[in-house]
Amino acid sequence: MAQHQVNYASAAGLPVALTSVDKLINWGRSNSLWPMTYGLACCAIEMMATGASRYDFDRLGTIFRASPRQSDVMILAGTLSKKHSEFTRRLYDQMMEPKWVISMGSCANTGGMFNTYATVQGVDRIVPVDIYLPGCAPRPETLQYALMMLQKKIRRESADMNKNTKQNLRML
Amino acid sequence: MRKYTPKENVQKKAYYTDRFWVAPSVPKIDVSEDAHFAKLLEMIKEQIEVKDASIQLGQMIVYINPKDNFATLKLLKEQCDYAMCTEISAVDYLAQDGEFEIFYQMLNLKKAKRVRIVTRIKEGQAIESVEPLYNSANFAEREMYDMFGIVANNHPFMKRILMPDDWEGHPLLKTYPLEGDEAASWYEVDKIFGKEYRDVIGPENRDPSRIERYDTKRFSRVGYEVPFDADITEGERKTDIEYSETLLVNYNKSSKQLDERR
Repeated sequence: MAQHQVNYASAAGLPVALTSVDKLINWGRSNSLWPMTYGLACCAIEMMATGASRYDFDRLGTIFRASPRQSDVMILAGTLSKKHSEFTRRLYDQMMEPKWVISMGSCANTGGMFNTYATVQGVDRIVPVDIYLPGCAPRPETLQYALMMLQKKIRRESADMNKNTKQNLRML
Repeated sequence: MRKYTPKENVQKKAYYTDRFWVAPSVPKIDVSEDAHFAKLLEMIKEQIEVKDASIQLGQMIVYINPKDNFATLKLLKEQCDYAMCTEISAVDYLAQDGEFEIFYQMLNLKKAKRVRIVTRIKEGQAIESVEPLYNSANFAEREMYDMFGIVANNHPFMKRILMPDDWEGHPLLKTYPLEGDEAASWYEVDKIFGKEYRDVIGPENRDPSRIERYDTKRFSRVGYEVPFDADITEGERKTDIEYSETLLVNYNKSSKQLDERR
């Protein structure tokens, strides 16, 4: 065997130690966050603007998917009415693990100005939220920043989702 | 120049009220002054008992008995060219009179005239549907049922239109709280997770966004810093923390400063 060739069989296995599987998986996950095409109210306009050419979500590896089965992130963009909350939860349940939620705008965060009988007072009542994004409506830069924050969060997490702290709502 | 309104204590006052404000009243004009409406009212009076009629803001308002609503609208549609029923809804006068006021807003497209047919029903009483005459009544009466609980008899599909089917209460009643009743506040939790998860998720947090002056937990004051959760009801002392110049710019002085620079 030539000297420059690596003998994979010797020295108790592989010469490359796979110490950072987490890092590798999280690198993949965080750089291909596919959000669901799902807009609730006026924040959705800003979300669309973020996806369009000027702000260009695609360069972050973020491509909107038209199916919950293919998406990793749910961006709750807008006012969530109580009548619709059931369907939002159903869409969230249809998404594959691992999945994350960005609550975009005041209405999704807390109910916002809609302090009424028909509005869900914060989407964290029905789905576990990872990033709360303030604003009414948040500018596209803000949504980009939120996504970058989510990427940071994912890179910090363990690749095994069971090891991460689970919120009550995820368990339900 | 714009009228000056004092800006102090705006937090305390929910809204501004003018002491000398007089509620505007719409003048009532006699029906005989408009030829079209006078003729129309004569036609209605031949067949239907009219309680009262007047012209307000260029529209004729006719008060009738609730049993005559279908006959009146049929007359208006078939003999008087009122081809369009633009709106049907109700007004809650339960506290005042124990009654709902139901109105039908009619439009004559040929003459560009509007007529409002108004009738009053007691609580729990139903009204005849005008859906066979006007298709627009279909959704309007469903909304009336959804928001007030007024049932329209012989309606083809008497079902809630805006609120979910399993909603409790009728939101546009004056007795219905704006922030919702008990059932409304737990609606999404009960529906998605079940009643047993009420404890896990907890009640709605509906704090109004009011700034509490002496709350040192959630609010901080520039120039009056105190420790977290300190009691300052006795009075705040100004701290001598220095801030960068940009924070302390007195914008009222700016014009004077400009003068000095000159």
